[in-house]
Amino acid sequence: MSTPRTVTDPGGHYRLSQLRALEAQAIHIFREVAAEFERPILMFSGGKDSIVMLHLAKKSFWPAPIPFPVLHVDTGRNFDEVLEFRDRHTAALGVRLEVARVQDDIDAGRTVEDLSPRATRNRLQTPTLLRAIAEGGHDAVFGGARRDEEKARAKERIFSFRDQFGQWDPKNQRPELWNIYNARINKGEHIRVFPLSNWTELDVWTYIHAEGIDVPPIYFAHRRQVFQRDGMLMAVTQHLSPDPDEQVFEEVVRFRTVGDADCTGCVESMADTIDQIIAEVAGTRLTERGATRADDRVSEAGMEDRKREGYF
Amino acid sequence: MTELLRLATAGSVDDGKSTLIGRLLYDAKGIFEDQLDAIRRTSEQRGHHETDLALLTDGLRAEREQGITIDVAYRYFATPKRKFIIADTPGHSQYTRNMVTGASSAHLSLILIDARKGVIEQTRRHAFLSSMLGVPHMVVCVNKMDLVDWDQGRYEEIKSDFMEFAARLNVHDITFIPICAVRGDNVVQRSENMWWYDGTPLLNHLESVYIGSDENFIDPRFPVQYVIRSQTPENPDFRGYAGTVASGVLRPGDELLVLPTGTTSRIASIVTADGEVAEAFPPMSVVVTLEDDIAVTRGDILCRPNNRPTMTHDIEATVCWMDERAPLSEGRSYFLKHSTRTVRATVQSLQYRLEINGLHRDDTASTLELNEVGRVSFRCTEPLLVDDYTTNRTTGSFIVIDPQTNATAGAGVIRVLATTHASPNVVRHGVRLSRSDRFAALGTSGATVLFTGLSGAGKSTVAAGVEEAYVNSGRPAFLLDGDNLRHGLNGDLGFSDRDRTENVRRAGEVARMFADAGSLALIALICPFEEDRQLIRALHEEVGLPYAEVFLDTSLDECERRDPKGLYRRARAGQLPSFTGIDSTYEPPTNPDLVLTPGSGSIPEQVSRVLELVEGLLR
Repeated sequence: MSTPRTVTDPGGHYRLSQLRALEAQAIHIFREVAAEFERPILMFSGGKDSIVMLHLAKKSFWPAPIPFPVLHVDTGRNFDEVLEFRDRHTAALGVRLEVARVQDDIDAGRTVEDLSPRATRNRLQTPTLLRAIAEGGHDAVFGGARRDEEKARAKERIFSFRDQFGQWDPKNQRPELWNIYNARINKGEHIRVFPLSNWTELDVWTYIHAEGIDVPPIYFAHRRQVFQRDGMLMAVTQHLSPDPDEQVFEEVVRFRTVGDADCTGCVESMADTIDQIIAEVAGTRLTERGATRADDRVSEAGMEDRKREGYF
Repeated sequence: MTELLRLATAGSVDDGKSTLIGRLLYDAKGIFEDQLDAIRRTSEQRGHHETDLALLTDGLRAEREQGITIDVAYRYFATPKRKFIIADTPGHSQYTRNMVTGASSAHLSLILIDARKGVIEQTRRHAFLSSMLGVPHMVVCVNKMDLVDWDQGRYEEIKSDFMEFAARLNVHDITFIPICAVRGDNVVQRSENMWWYDGTPLLNHLESVYIGSDENFIDPRFPVQYVIRSQTPENPDFRGYAGTVASGVLRPGDELLVLPTGTTSRIASIVTADGEVAEAFPPMSVVVTLEDDIAVTRGDILCRPNNRPTMTHDIEATVCWMDERAPLSEGRSYFLKHSTRTVRATVQSLQYRLEINGLHRDDTASTLELNEVGRVSFRCTEPLLVDDYTTNRTTGSFIVIDPQTNATAGAGVIRVLATTHASPNVVRHGVRLSRSDRFAALGTSGATVLFTGLSGAGKSTVAAGVEEAYVNSGRPAFLLDGDNLRHGLNGDLGFSDRDRTENVRRAGEVARMFADAGSLALIALICPFEEDRQLIRALHEEVGLPYAEVFLDTSLDECERRDPKGLYRRARAGQLPSFTGIDSTYEPPTNPDLVLTPGSGSIPEQVSRVLELVEGLLR
């Protein structure tokens, strides 16, 4: 039932670049959430995606302040540089930062830590996140996940329904049409909202460049003590030491993603400006998660299982 | 500047859709080594000889287990010219809702046909849904050409089969490409096997198809999403209305009408975080400030005083039902979310259910089940501000939300009848000469008679007799014959519901002008739907011109026996889908002014009965 639009734009004047079209869509989503929900919150890890999120949130409500707080799930295994950036960045924007600590749940006996040598706290983030959402009565939770990151995420909705246990049911997702988002939920349920769904890693960096957004220093090439583990380069930090048979050496590296220090690998790179990072990302033949995230290598369905439980 | 192109694919499990996408991603370097390694390993474990590119797109565990795609998956790749977002949807009828979801925001629909199987039910369903959702461009890939020995004849045959069906839809840009996804022929590289194909490969086409005019830049619509207030020291008294431009172009100084309140003001500024802009157009997200301090809230629409959406409690829409738990049924109440406004609405009636494959209408249906499509009338508790979907995807669409489960239960595309959405910014010239002066000076008076009935019922025969007799009596008459109109004025129209309605509307408008000029206008048209006939009647009644409806009540059996043009024979052979009387409904007129049956006498006798009717009209 379509007829050709009666309208033309012969000069091609009224066109947005794909990056500005993505920005406009994200802003639309931020405003829709602010209008439809009572207590939204934005998950902020200090990584590039959540930094872009916060930047978009600022633009969405300008000149008014961002009308919701941000939440950091602190595993206790973060890179120091990232924590420092988190505090400085949120303070500069004047948003309220809430921190939910995994350690608190371990101490209170709500979760049990796996103390085996190579264990990470990745899965422990989920109960802490769900606790923070429940305690804050949050009905909408912004996340920076992108569909290009991972197969299970490719099917996630922009408004993604979570039941009262915080669980995602991939087979029973609400259809999402046009730019109309169904925000209706019952008490205790919430919606995860992903404004960057249609962005790729390259879009994120191109946008950071275009907007002059500040990111933590570990994204840029720097000298660091590293060692090889499971085919990845791991940094020596207070959270991760090499086994006796693992050789430590100095290398110029940068991080493509920012996760916990004990499971996020770095890549050899000389890229110390955003231009160089963009060139590197455009030319890479490895996904960012495949290259640097031990947590995503668990199994083919690793992400889907964690997401069902309520992971980011 | 890199542009964004959203495309929706539709295809079945085995026509190679996932392979084609995998191939596009692979050849355009949209996949990465580690992803390729993972699927290479999996392919080997399963004993496949070649890397199964379909594994790239089948994301969820259940899909991998069943080997099918069960949801909408989004894929991304970019070339220097464009970034592409692929909404990859399954093809089975039970996944119609996913198809509709994927197509709702697409610029282009990619339909796959297995060269061995040709146009099948599923192909027709995909084409129909793309058309229903107003996807502006369509690419039909005839895949697996290797399995038909790269045969051009087979390709041409499929192409013409598809075109015959598509003539009944409203798709205006269709491109055909013969491909072999497994080997990559005509996907990114030109195929040497198909030297006879002189078009471009798929990727090249996707990079160059013109999407610049897909947006509506004429009718300003700005649904208010959120009110931004600021009392910071820099902006002590800021109030602006945030939203996404749905259509049209907004500029500071423009006079605006706020609906539904009806107040007017002017745009003071268009604000973004990057500064004020001189123009805002779709799909920009901006903040509009007004010169006057008037009440504006979320759900309002800003438009122009002389170009406004229709404000109505009654919504007519084609609805796709998406809820497996409960069907849409008459009398049930739902929420409709339409742009930024959500209202309660009750289903007044389900006019018919559409059998998508043959475009057949079932008007006995009383419910719409999951994946079914039908024409629904809603009555809303508060008015909505709507445009016809074909002119505006944002103000012409809505979702249906189940108030008990909160599920997104359906999606609707709105139809606004032509009489009610006549462009309000076209101002009629003042009439220089009154109708009565004209008629008096010419010594005639105008009227319109519609002859309706099945093909072969005798409409044109009787109408031509009336025309001849009338003209021979020294008065002007003119026959507007359905077939002849389709050769000229309506040559751009097919046989979809919308085109049929448009065909009728144009005939009605032209007849009205003839009548207004003092002639007897005679329309001979099948005109199968009561609603369309009412439309012609309304066109005449609203300007006070005499009008009558003559129903040629000849049975289907008799018409089929006559079959003067051999059309019934072709329709029975399946060559003419949605042929009225065969697989498309004829709704008999509820209140015709004259009924003629084969028993009503000879043709001259029938002609004189119509002439009597006309004399009665003019008295």
